[in-house]
Amino acid sequence: MNVGLLGRKVGMTQLFQEDGTVVPVTVIECGPCTVLQVRTAERDGYHALQLGFADKKRKNASQAERGHAKKVDAEPKRFIREIRQDGPVDVSEGTTLKVDVFADIPRVDVIGTSKGRGYTGVVKRHGFRGLRATHGVQRMHRHPGSSGPSADPARVFKGVRKPGQYGNARITVRNLKVVRVDAENNLLLVRGAVPGHNGGFVIVRQTNAV
Amino acid sequence: MQNALMELVEKTSMRESVPHFEIGDTVDVHVRILEGDKERIQIFNGVVIARSGAGVREVFTVRRIVAGEGVERTFPVHSPRIADIAVKRSGKVRRAKLYYLRDRVGKAVRLKERVRGKATEAEAAAVRTQKREARKAKKAAKIEARAQRAAEGPKPRAKKGASENGESSPEGGES
Repeated sequence: MNVGLLGRKVGMTQLFQEDGTVVPVTVIECGPCTVLQVRTAERDGYHALQLGFADKKRKNASQAERGHAKKVDAEPKRFIREIRQDGPVDVSEGTTLKVDVFADIPRVDVIGTSKGRGYTGVVKRHGFRGLRATHGVQRMHRHPGSSGPSADPARVFKGVRKPGQYGNARITVRNLKVVRVDAENNLLLVRGAVPGHNGGFVIVRQTNAV
Repeated sequence: MQNALMELVEKTSMRESVPHFEIGDTVDVHVRILEGDKERIQIFNGVVIARSGAGVREVFTVRRIVAGEGVERTFPVHSPRIADIAVKRSGKVRRAKLYYLRDRVGKAVRLKERVRGKATEAEAAAVRTQKREARKAKKAAKIEARAQRAAEGPKPRAKKGASENGESSPEGGES
C-alpha cells in the first residue's frame, strides 16, 4: 500500500540533536483523514484512496459534497485528494487514517501549492541578471535583454524564458526525511522546506524516489 | 510564538530553565567539546552584546578581546552543547545591542558595573512591577490634571474675534 495523508503546513522551526547539531524542520499537521471513497480498477479503471481532511461546515458545503460525505458517515471536507495505489488495498471506506501510518516510513514526498508571486519579471522569476546600472543603460535595468537571434530565424524560439505568472503552482518536493511522528498531536515533522505558505494544504505520501 | 502547535514542537528541544543573564553581562559560557571520543568543557568568557530570536531559535552573542583582537561567538541558548552560562559581572547598559563596543579599543571597552541589589529574579520582577505601577499612577495624575484644567474653561485667547463672540464657532464670528 502506498501510504499517504493530507495535512496543513504549520510552519518551520529547528530542533537540536543530542550532539548539538541543528535540524531544520517543517511542522505539518497531518490527518486524521477520512477515507471517503476507494477507487478500484473494476469500477474506476485505477486503484486509489480518496481522502478528506479538515471539516467544512454543512451550510457551506454543496448538496453533492454533503451526500458524498454522508455515504461514509462523515462531515463534508475542505480538502479532498486521492492517493494512487498500485493494486487493491485492504482499507474500507469510512476508516480514519492518522499520522502513525508514517511510523515506519523513512522518507516522504510533500505536494503543495507554492506561494503566489503574481506576474513577475525575468530577474525574480528566472534569475536573470538584468542590464547594467550605469554606462548609458536607460530604463532597462531589470529587462531580459535579447530574446534570440534576428533575421534568421526571424522568430522567438519556443521555451525562451519570459516574464509571467510565478508561484501559485502545484509543487512536489521529493525525498524529505521524516524526523518525527507525533501521533498524539497529529504532527509530522520533516527535514527541510515544504512548498506553500503556513496554513496551506499539502499532500504527504511515501516517497517514490529510488 | 504565534502558533500553539509550533510551541509544542519547540518545547521538546528547549531547555527547561535558561540561566538568567542580560545584555552587558560578562559571562562564562561552558561549551561541551568533543575531542576524539572524550568530552570536555571549554569556557568562553566575554560580554553579552546581543540576544535575538525567540523560542528554540534564540541566540546570544558574546564578545571578548583575545590577544588584542576582538572575537565574537554566537551561541544558541537552547543548544545541548552549552553546559552552563554563568554571570560573572553585570554591566550597566542603555541599549539592547552593544554593537558600539566593536568600535572601541582598550579601556573604552569597559562597562560600568550594575549594582545588583536584588538577589533573585522574582525580586527584580517585583521591583519592575512596582516601577510600572508608579509610572501608571504618574500618567493617570497627569491626565487628571489636564482634565481639570479643561473643566475650568478654555484659556482666554488673544484673538480678537474669539474674545467678542465667546463660545461661537469661527464661521459664526465672521458672518
